[in-house]
Amino acid sequence: MNGVFDLGGTDGIGPVDPPAEEPVFRADWEKAAFTMFSALFRAGWFGIDEFRHGVEKMDPALYLKSPYYKHWIASFEYHGKRTGKLDLAELDRRTQYYLANPDAPLPEHGPNQELIDFANAVVPSGAPAIRPTDKEPRFKIGDVVRMSSDVPFGHTRIAGYVRGKVGTVISHHGSFVYPDSAGNGRGDDPQHLYTLQFDATELWGEQYAEPNVTTTFDAWDPYLTLVTAPEGAAV
Amino acid sequence: MSNRPKTSEEITARVKALESILIEKGVVTTSMIDRFVEIYEHEVGPQLGAKIVARAWTDPEYKARLLADATEACKEMGASGLQGEDMVALEDTDEVHHAIVCTLCSCYPWPVLGLPPNWYKDPQYRSRMIREPRQLLEEEFGYKVPEHIEIRVWDSSSEMRYWVLPQRPAGTEGWSAEALAELVTRDSLIGVGPTKSVG
Repeated sequence: MNGVFDLGGTDGIGPVDPPAEEPVFRADWEKAAFTMFSALFRAGWFGIDEFRHGVEKMDPALYLKSPYYKHWIASFEYHGKRTGKLDLAELDRRTQYYLANPDAPLPEHGPNQELIDFANAVVPSGAPAIRPTDKEPRFKIGDVVRMSSDVPFGHTRIAGYVRGKVGTVISHHGSFVYPDSAGNGRGDDPQHLYTLQFDATELWGEQYAEPNVTTTFDAWDPYLTLVTAPEGAAV
Repeated sequence: MSNRPKTSEEITARVKALESILIEKGVVTTSMIDRFVEIYEHEVGPQLGAKIVARAWTDPEYKARLLADATEACKEMGASGLQGEDMVALEDTDEVHHAIVCTLCSCYPWPVLGLPPNWYKDPQYRSRMIREPRQLLEEEFGYKVPEHIEIRVWDSSSEMRYWVLPQRPAGTEGWSAEALAELVTRDSLIGVGPTKSVG
């Protein structure tokens, strides 16, 4: 979707101003929000692509101004509502309660060893997105390709700044879950994945590109059309 | 619905409310939260990336394995998994300097770098790094990359996770991997800063 989250190349956002030091978590609510991602993934609320799309659907003004983990909470609520797993009226009621009683305790509960075991297992093993496919890769290293100009309404990883731009395939990684399918609840639909290299002048124009800069961007097979194959390659 | 950003009291109450519901559903527990926090505050962080880089600087065969398949080579060093299921190490040279960004969200190689700093996830870095990297690095990070060195910015649009293998600082001949690891900074693994200099 064509939203403000797609920030690459947007001007006028302001200084980065990186602090010398900062804690991993700036507040206790950030610790809870961070852990909820894995917990809700385990509970089947979303896959990673759907999770990203839930963030993309946020109010754009809030997206730009909210602390980072608030984006995650927005996606949890979006998918809780979408799947019927979360009663938003109940969430509102409890929010009012904890606003009025910030020190009120959480519901009593015992430790659940299964959830600790899950944490200890998922961190080192992860959730790989590589998937086999019978499809042949349509492109190879050295091919000059054009990125799709499509602007889908749903989830996609075609960033605005690379739409319609011409780059060179510099690697092929195998086949992976396809965000345009998985992020929109339509299954993995594995597609070959490539890294493209773009010259900054192709992206921003001769006059505005910094000298001696290139950008690499990963693209799934359906995003691409062939412009020219490398010289000497079989057609 | 107001689009006013919530106060920290409001966010705290909202998250506590959600946590209370998820506790009752058996989806999350406070001890699960404590475990995740312990992992990313104390176990998984840029010290792992530093150890891997120092080994690559001192062990040419390991470096070759790292550049051929970073995921497997990092596993040898105890760094693997969540948000680094498929990794690529980018070797800086005299001609090319690499840096990473995720313009579409906040993708970052957790197994070697831990969780990203806030500035990496915020709109300011993501919007501008892709467009004016040389100027941004100098203005915001005080890191000047001479114009004869190509800057190659890697936008993590897929699940591939990239990170930088910086050049070994001069004057470190004969140093142990342990001593070299001390010179590797988080920023040098992102590509927004140098390794620590010697002397």
